[in-house]
Amino acid sequence: MFIPYTAKQRDEILKTVGVRSFEELIGDLPQDKLRPSYHLPPSITEMELLRHMDDLSKRAFLAQSFLGAGAYEHFIPTAVWSLALRGEFATAYTPYQPEASQGTLQSIYEFQTLICELFSMDVSNASLYDGASAAAEACLLAARHTGRTEILIPETVHPHTRQVISTYLAHSGAKIVLIPFQQPTLSGEILKKHLNSDTAALLLQTPNFFGCLEDPAPLSKIVHEAGALLISSTYPAALGLISPPGEYDADIAVAEGQSLGVPLSYGGPYLGLFACKKELMRKMPGRVVGQTVDLDGKRGFVLTLQAREQHIRREKAMSNICTNQALCALASTIHMALLGKKGLARLADINFQKAHYAADQLQKNGVPLTFTSPFFNEFAVRFPRSPDPLIDSLGRDRILAGFPLGKYYPSLKNDLLVCVTEIKTKQDIDDFVTRVTEWARP
Amino acid sequence: MTLSSGDSKIIEPLLFEKSVPDRQGFTWPELDVPASAPLPSNLRRRQAPDWPELAELQVVRHFTRLSQLNYSLDTHFYPLGSCTMKYNPKANERAASWPEFAELHPLRPDHLSQGILEILFNLEKWLGDICGMDAVTLQPSAGAQGELTGILVARAYHESRGQNRHVVLIPDSAHGTNPASVAVAGLTAVTVKSTADGCLDIDDLKSKLSSDVAVLMMTVPNTLGLFEPKILEIARLVHDSGALFYMDGANLNALVGLVKPGDLGFDIIHVNVHKTFSTPHGGGGPGAGPVGVKKFLADFLPIPRISLKDGLYSLSEESPKTIGRVRSFQGNTGILIRAYCYLRLQGAQGLASISENAILAANYVRVTLAPLFPKMPVTPCMHEVVVSGDGAYGPGVKTLDVAKRLLDYGFYAPTIYFPLIVPEALMIEPTETETRETLDLFCETIRTILDESRRDPSLLKNAPTTTPVRRLDEVKAAREPNLRHTRGETSPR
Repeated sequence: MFIPYTAKQRDEILKTVGVRSFEELIGDLPQDKLRPSYHLPPSITEMELLRHMDDLSKRAFLAQSFLGAGAYEHFIPTAVWSLALRGEFATAYTPYQPEASQGTLQSIYEFQTLICELFSMDVSNASLYDGASAAAEACLLAARHTGRTEILIPETVHPHTRQVISTYLAHSGAKIVLIPFQQPTLSGEILKKHLNSDTAALLLQTPNFFGCLEDPAPLSKIVHEAGALLISSTYPAALGLISPPGEYDADIAVAEGQSLGVPLSYGGPYLGLFACKKELMRKMPGRVVGQTVDLDGKRGFVLTLQAREQHIRREKAMSNICTNQALCALASTIHMALLGKKGLARLADINFQKAHYAADQLQKNGVPLTFTSPFFNEFAVRFPRSPDPLIDSLGRDRILAGFPLGKYYPSLKNDLLVCVTEIKTKQDIDDFVTRVTEWARP
Repeated sequence: MTLSSGDSKIIEPLLFEKSVPDRQGFTWPELDVPASAPLPSNLRRRQAPDWPELAELQVVRHFTRLSQLNYSLDTHFYPLGSCTMKYNPKANERAASWPEFAELHPLRPDHLSQGILEILFNLEKWLGDICGMDAVTLQPSAGAQGELTGILVARAYHESRGQNRHVVLIPDSAHGTNPASVAVAGLTAVTVKSTADGCLDIDDLKSKLSSDVAVLMMTVPNTLGLFEPKILEIARLVHDSGALFYMDGANLNALVGLVKPGDLGFDIIHVNVHKTFSTPHGGGGPGAGPVGVKKFLADFLPIPRISLKDGLYSLSEESPKTIGRVRSFQGNTGILIRAYCYLRLQGAQGLASISENAILAANYVRVTLAPLFPKMPVTPCMHEVVVSGDGAYGPGVKTLDVAKRLLDYGFYAPTIYFPLIVPEALMIEPTETETRETLDLFCETIRTILDESRRDPSLLKNAPTTTPVRRLDEVKAAREPNLRHTRGETSPR
């Protein structure tokens, strides 16, 4: 199928190599362990494979989704993946030979520029695995840069992000100091109670896990007065409307980049966005592309600042990451290029308006919002009882009602996190409101 | 291929250089809900990002042209050693792109995600079978994150037994990610020497094994493309000292279907699905780095775990001994679907044909090139051959020059200067999917280039000349970092 050697060619090659049988080539392998039996199903053809995959795919239906909680349903223009999946991009590898990889390299340089503009930050890397590992790398960088050990993390940061940071920090000498959830957003007063001379950074997520928008500017000032760094974790699709990290002087900006043209794909692959101030540039994790010139003075691009990386520094590297998420970064670059600066603002506005319409309708029909803070496209609603039966009931009709906050926040066991993106029409929202209010009615 | 932009110093203008104010590449529908109260001004963005404004066709041409500047597996032979640049079947791409997979939200209730969970569950099982391991996690996003996961599992295991073992032994031929991952796990990497033939120095290993050692990490076959003949003895030594034996599965393509790493004594393995299991490399990711372990380590694997009970697949975060979560959600599912497809196509009986033909191809290259390189290994290699360029070139010529000259002839270059222990190394991995005709042409080209190196070394020193750019000034890039475009910046003069 994929192996081009005919039996005749195999024989000829064995002869050329100077062995009588293939087994002579693997004489160093322990002979009593050779060729064990395997329990994989038998080989099938492409036609059979596609039939099999079609069967499996039918076991999941496409749903009307109001589910967000860190992964978001956004429209992706057709051109994005039709270009990104071109073999010349998809089947190349890390651009070790820059002269033969200018397509990938220039697209990463453009990606870095777009991300710097998106966040209003000085420098961006070529992307990390996902938003959570980007946040973890940011915490490690903050500890390394300040020489301090405590990372303040409000409980309103995405639970997965907190779990991943906890894994990455476990043996680093730095530790998480959790700011327990008392109010939907972080106040300066509560922040001050947790700050001390060991504080390396505050990780602030806005919109936070409840969809609430933090007010980062005053918090940023407090953090900096304490000599700590501000790490901002944010939602790219919101940044056409809400203040970007650079506007409130964040030192490091990270995000889950999935909302920029990457499909949900049941959890990945996504891409971690990572940008920072110029003074942190040489401590940044991950690949970076820089502009330079060739022997004729022609503009070209190369992987650069590699002295930070594992293949040069080994155990002293800034991170163990080897690759980036190049193809997802490419897709997001194409996505951003198509949207343009006005398209991003429009996208954010549509999300904001539709979510607020949905929230208003729910409230008018007797389903209260859990929090009164400003929000972007996601908000929590409260029921008199657990929303699990609602999720089940709507699920049977191919509607994903939202995320039950009780899974990670016991005090919010009757609360449902609802997300409304540009995908939903007024009719979709009205139908949803009807179903939810019918169920909620005592 | 015409790529002229009118400026001879630029191959393809940047997106930003083509932007015209108020042009639009995409239109959002009109708002169909009444407007609500605006966001408070203190939370609003003050200045819009300076993103380009382009029409859709401009964007399409831009990225199509950029793609034409790349060498890739679909267009060129890509003998990049240690990266297993095998063919990426198109059917896998097709299935993975279906909306019923691509549009699945990761937090869907389990009972509404049975098809995809079945795929992941079976992929775990099959990878476990191929590796000879009892439990597998698909979570890690790439090989390096797999390494970190594996080392954290080992650390958690020792700690659960009240043992404080803080050293990880790593051969000097290892990939740089090995010691870097060990450092992130808070352990100390200690190097074990290789012998002249590239195998592990058993005496050096013995002298370094102690009750401080948590793990010996080995790449098998090693980065010289050789199978470690004393592997069973090494496994015994490691286990006798109370340490765990970790296999870096970067080179698993040489072993699939022939031997199970678990049968060799390994306790932990990470695999790179973008190498052995044919998922595309994407220009540097996304990949996936599943980790397999023996039964006694299964409880330490990261969450969530997939299980099957009463015919229902589900995800669980309840796992008291787990090292925790290494990434958000379930893993790079879109990539894992492709690996699943590949294994369905190969089936049990197709596994050995992967490694056999990969080994055959590498040995064919080895013997064909042997007359050209005085230090060519004479013993059989596995899936890749590492050639020392020492003494093979004309005066002043380096391996780098040979690599660059290969680009002129339409070949991507092998991995060069790695492993570090081989002078002027060229690491060639042909994989099982290249034809003999391609390998013949490649070897013939190497012969031509070596002739050139003696006849007219400037051909190599000036190479490449047929690529979109010539050699690039990497020193300038690092000394005067220019990592983003700034509006108004002029092109280089």
